[in-house]
Amino acid sequence: MCVECGCGRPGPTRIDGKPADQVPSPLVEDGGRHEHDHARPHQHDHEHPHARSHEHPHAHPHAHDHSHDHDPAPGSREIAVHQSVFAANDRMAERNRGFFRALGLLTLNVVSSPGSGKTALLQKTIERLQPATRVGVIVGDLETDNDARRLRTTGAPVVQISTGTLCHLDAEMVARAVGQLDAKTLDVLFIENVGNLVCPAEFDLGEDLRVALLSVTEGEDKPLKYPPMFRHADVVVITKTDLAPHVDFDRAAALANIGRVNPNARIVEVSAKTGEGMADWCSYLASCREPCAQP
Amino acid sequence: MHEVGIMQSVLEIAESQARASGAVCIREIRIRVGRMTGVVPESLDHAFAVLRGETMAAEARLVVEFVPGAFWCMTCAAEFEADDLIGGCPTCQRASFDMRRGRELDVVSLEVD
Repeated sequence: MCVECGCGRPGPTRIDGKPADQVPSPLVEDGGRHEHDHARPHQHDHEHPHARSHEHPHAHPHAHDHSHDHDPAPGSREIAVHQSVFAANDRMAERNRGFFRALGLLTLNVVSSPGSGKTALLQKTIERLQPATRVGVIVGDLETDNDARRLRTTGAPVVQISTGTLCHLDAEMVARAVGQLDAKTLDVLFIENVGNLVCPAEFDLGEDLRVALLSVTEGEDKPLKYPPMFRHADVVVITKTDLAPHVDFDRAAALANIGRVNPNARIVEVSAKTGEGMADWCSYLASCREPCAQP
Repeated sequence: MHEVGIMQSVLEIAESQARASGAVCIREIRIRVGRMTGVVPESLDHAFAVLRGETMAAEARLVVEFVPGAFWCMTCAAEFEADDLIGGCPTCQRASFDMRRGRELDVVSLEVD
C-alpha cells in the first residue's frame, strides 16, 4: 500500500534518495513511467492513469479447444487474455540480462532472510576481489542507506534502492539503478535483494546467478520451510560458520535439507568474520566470471 | 507473498484489455495460479476486495483456477504431481527433478459489458 496517501498503489521507490521514475536509465524508456507525483496535493476521487508503453493494447484472438464451465451473463461477453502477471517483469529482466551480457558483467542476485549476513559477505568478498576485479553493488532495503554506507567503505560504487514498502526488488528497479553505475567499468555486479525469504524468489532481475544465504543461526530446516527461495538458487552459501558450535548447527542435516529442495545447487560454506571459506568462495566467483569475460 | 502487488498487476492487465475491447465494466476476472508460486488464496481475495474499488472491476467476481505442481524426474524421466518442492521422485526416489507446471500466474479471461 502507498503509505503517502493510502491510495492502494505502492509507495514510491527511491534510488539514492531520488524518486525511481526520475532516475535516467539506458534500459527504461520514460514512456514506462508510473505517473504518481506525491509532491502536489491531490484528491483521490479520480482514477490513476496507468498508461504504460509495455502493455498489450490488443486482445489475443485464439481458438478454445476447451469449454468453460459457465456462460457469460446475458449482455456480457468474454475476452481471452492469457497474459502472465510476471510478463512485464520477465521482459525487463531479459533486457537487463542482455545488457549485462553485452558488457561481460557477471551479475549475482543475493537473497536471504534479514540478518543472514548478505552485507557482511559482500563487504568481505569485495575487499578480496578488488582491485583485480572491479565490483559494483545495487542494494535494496525498505528504508535507510545503512547497507550502502557499509558497502561503500570498500571503495566500490554502490547504489541504494529504497523500496518504501515493497518486499522485493524487481527488474525495473534494477534497470533504473544500473543507470547510476558506470557499468562498463565493472566486472562483477552484486545485487543485494531485500531481506525476505519469500517474495524475491518470483522476480527475475536479469542475473546470471542467484545466490541464497542460509546462516547457521537460522536453523537447518530453513530450506524446507521456504523451499522456493532455495529451489531457484544456483548457489547456496552457508554463512556465519564460526558460530556453528555455539548454536549446535547440524551441518549434515542442513546439507541434506538443501539437497532435498535443490539437488543441483552448489553449496559454499563461509565465515565472513574469520575468513574461513572465503578463498574458495572467491575462486568460485572467478571461475563463474570466465565465460562472462569472453569477448 | 506480495498478493497486493500481484493483484494490482492483475487489475492493470484486466483494465487495459477491457478498455482496448471497448468494454465499460468488468464482470469477472479469471486467473490461473500455480500451487508452487506460494500465493495464498485468502490474501489474494483480500487484495482483490481492497484494490478493485476504483477500477472497472469494482463489481467483478474473481475466479481462481489452481494448477498443481508437476515435475519431471531427470533420473528416470517420470512425470509426477506434487504439492511441495520437497522430497524425491515417487518412481525412483531420487531428488533431482525439473518443475514443469505450478508457477503460473496468468490472467486467463475476462467477462465484460
